[in-house]
Amino acid sequence: MDVRERIARRVAKEFKDGDIVNLGIGMPTLVANYIPEGVEIIFQSENGFVGMGPAPLEGNEDPDIVNAGGLPVSVLKGAAYFDSATSFGIIRGGHVDATVLGALQVDEVGNLANWMIPGKLVPGMGGAMDLVVGAKKVILAMEHTAKGRPKILKECTLPLTARKEVNLIVTEMGVFDITPGGMFLREIAPDVTVEQIREATEADFIVSEHLKVMEE
Amino acid sequence: MNKIISLEQAMDLVHDGMTVMIPGFMGVGTPETLVDGLVEKGLQDLFVICTDTARPNVGIGKLIVNGQVKKLYASHIGTNPETGRMMNEGLIDVTLIPQGTLAERIRAGGAGLGGFLTPTGVGTVVEEGKQKIVVDGKDYLLELPLRADVALIRGSKVDKKGNIWYNAATRNFNTVMATAAKTVIVEAQELVEVGEIDPNNVMTPGIFVDYIVKGDA
Repeated sequence: MDVRERIARRVAKEFKDGDIVNLGIGMPTLVANYIPEGVEIIFQSENGFVGMGPAPLEGNEDPDIVNAGGLPVSVLKGAAYFDSATSFGIIRGGHVDATVLGALQVDEVGNLANWMIPGKLVPGMGGAMDLVVGAKKVILAMEHTAKGRPKILKECTLPLTARKEVNLIVTEMGVFDITPGGMFLREIAPDVTVEQIREATEADFIVSEHLKVMEE
Repeated sequence: MNKIISLEQAMDLVHDGMTVMIPGFMGVGTPETLVDGLVEKGLQDLFVICTDTARPNVGIGKLIVNGQVKKLYASHIGTNPETGRMMNEGLIDVTLIPQGTLAERIRAGGAGLGGFLTPTGVGTVVEEGKQKIVVDGKDYLLELPLRADVALIRGSKVDKKGNIWYNAATRNFNTVMATAAKTVIVEAQELVEVGEIDPNNVMTPGIFVDYIVKGDA
């Protein structure tokens, strides 16, 4: 199983039946492919609807229906459209149960940087700042390191998306909870050791008393 | 009162240096015929307010590539590399605004509000230069209303009084922008007789709309 699939599969197990979930673009989008049987999730798309379905078959794309990445999607029975002010009212107002986002950097108190690299990449924050502040649970789906360098840091160095809002980090090496009491390693991938995770992580973390093997 | 005008008449209402709101999410919901009109007329030094600059050959992206935008408020420019290049070369003055804040600033502008308080952006570069207000122990930023000289919007179905129905995800910034400009011009994808849109389904009441242009698509 490749790294991205392992991460997406694990994130997909975090949701409860009936949750309203917003998936960011990139790897988070893959999460929709692995929702367990019997769990119904209502996906919110920041550009203005709930009830997002999968990509349509080729030839059936509707130019009026795209996801937050601008790609064609479908809507399921029971979907609803709204304007952007309502969409972000839903997001800021705490009506989204969870958001799944990527990260450039995250730190041990839950600060997140995922919208710009000064001097290099300035795409804009889009809806990310509202999502991270407004969603009840903020889940990061991210590769543990970038070119061998840690992305989970003691303190973010890039411009922040939000402060102390991240609740859960899922990487190919493990699952971390970020709580007011610190950052906890809750699950570990079957093919790594705690020592290896420490080497790949700049942040200090506590190994949970209930550490278990990461579900796949 | 007849609100229906030609594209040329619509373009006579827009001038160099104006503040123009244009809706759309990656081009979805953008009035392409009106944008093409701006490109054709070659208006300069525009201050454009939009959520993203789409792609170089789509929607607002065409105005960017054509060098007509001097100042830009947007939430995302990453899908149009030309915007970033021109920003880095000092050709466009870009201010990036969180998408929800942008929508609400426009809504406030159209709703007669002096601003609003949002937790979005607290503790980030977005808070620079803004007043921070504590409500029940929580920090908020005071964000101010936005208005424009002209809003160029797009309706999927528009009647001759300017009542608008939007299909699917095209609504996005259209409804708020329709309320926040001195002059509102709607591009009608389909132009229908008064009465053909059930009042229950009107999403932008015609009272907000000054002029209607029949779109090409």
